[in-house]
Amino acid sequence: MSEAITTSGRTWKKPPTISSPTLRWVLIIGTAVYLIAAFASIDVNWMRVYEGLERGKKFILAFSNPNFSDRWSAIQEGMLESIVMAVSSTTVGVLISIPIGLGAARNIAPLPIYLICRGIVALSRALHEIIVAILLVAIFGFGPMAGFLTLSFATIGFLSKLLAEEIEDIEKSQAEAIKATGPSWLQWINFGIQPQVMPRLVGLSIYRLDINFRESAILGLVGAGGIGATLNTAFDRYEFDTAAAIIIIIIAIVMALEYGSGLIRARLQ
Amino acid sequence: MLQLDKLTKRYSTGDLALKDVCLEIPNGQVVALIGPSGAGKSTLIRSINRLIEPTSGSAILDGENLTNLGSGALRRARRRMGMIFQEYALVERLSVMENVLSGRLGYVGFWRSFFRKFPQSDIDEAFRLLERVGLDRMADKRADELSGGQRQRVGIARALIQNPQLLLVDEPTASLDPKTSRQIMRLICELCNERGLSAIINIHDVALAQMFVPRVIGLKLGEVVFDGKPEDMSPEVLTEIYGEEDWEATIEKVEDEDDEAS
Repeated sequence: MSEAITTSGRTWKKPPTISSPTLRWVLIIGTAVYLIAAFASIDVNWMRVYEGLERGKKFILAFSNPNFSDRWSAIQEGMLESIVMAVSSTTVGVLISIPIGLGAARNIAPLPIYLICRGIVALSRALHEIIVAILLVAIFGFGPMAGFLTLSFATIGFLSKLLAEEIEDIEKSQAEAIKATGPSWLQWINFGIQPQVMPRLVGLSIYRLDINFRESAILGLVGAGGIGATLNTAFDRYEFDTAAAIIIIIIAIVMALEYGSGLIRARLQ
Repeated sequence: MLQLDKLTKRYSTGDLALKDVCLEIPNGQVVALIGPSGAGKSTLIRSINRLIEPTSGSAILDGENLTNLGSGALRRARRRMGMIFQEYALVERLSVMENVLSGRLGYVGFWRSFFRKFPQSDIDEAFRLLERVGLDRMADKRADELSGGQRQRVGIARALIQNPQLLLVDEPTASLDPKTSRQIMRLICELCNERGLSAIINIHDVALAQMFVPRVIGLKLGEVVFDGKPEDMSPEVLTEIYGEEDWEATIEKVEDEDDEAS
């Protein structure tokens, strides 16, 4: 008991993450100075903002009065094109991502294959969709083909990386137990690895479908087909009511996908 | 007959996990491998079916040197060695039946296994084994729905459906309660006797090992320091294997009092 008495009243503080006080304060003050300087350098023309508010208000008010009818056939065509682009690019992207994801998982792939697959993933992730789309529009011309290829390419970077990380996190013992029975490599993947990553793979694929659909609305702005082209035209003509209608449909479809993916993932756990 | 000749494993970190291990295990003999954590028990059995590649020495099963097999021959050799794992190592999201049938993967083609269209003879055997281990009504349950003892029974069925000559058993009773541990050990030993299998069973529990096996091998820092009958395990022997401790209570003859409930 005497020990408890002599040790009472000792103070304790969580040790700081950066132990050198000089370095710590240099970092804190440096960050603050930089942020102030950065905000000061942003040039805002408040007159322009004031004028712009009016247009913004018109745009927002248009949502209370969306116009689905005037350009319905264009909207319908654009939507169908976007859905086709999203579904086909997700399907193709997922099919290509599976072998690349397997190759990019360090715990199952030999080093040379790992490096190649990681290289593909890095390339796909380094190039933003818009840049790829501009390039592919230049090659394939305007239209959904360029959009489809762009989204497939982007899906590969996204899904292969996340699938590979999921495979690297599997429970080793389950895979080891299957390996001990003497299966071929494909059988080993099918029994030892796939069951462990399947719910995540399905969840990610649906999530990617959702991303691809939203991206298809953007890719139209650079001529790669889909609803984005229709949306762009509506903005160019200041037809905010039509634009609002298109955005509402996009939101509805994304929410439906979100809800559907939740249901499917819950069943697959 | 399994022969280990100067089997050695040095990990890339430089740790010597196995030092010139020489052993002979005749067909049909069940052996317990005891020793402290880190003695190399897991490394030893994994060096036999080459889930771990031994550095030197050889493991010879019925005249076939396992240590220099190419990948195809190694797969065929692995079919003859069933393995039972600590913490069961069932594929959690597969059903009991799929887990058992995975023991046949070395015998069926990819597409048959992919579509789960295993030959009728395999399915018959799977049901027979599940009945033998008391789980025949659980075939379509998912592995993660089972209790620990039930999971290990599935693990046993998975190893046996390979129709192996040798069982490699890694801590089968770790994380099971004392009664279930005995039931699992008894089941493994009974099945080995029924089928004339030899087995190496890694086990922490010295008393449990003494209760069920006719031969005990003690491993310490990668070397065999004891090889004999369970009766010959004196406090001196246990001190040699594990270090100084009061061993009298451990090796007291334990009466086998539990019943056949599951």
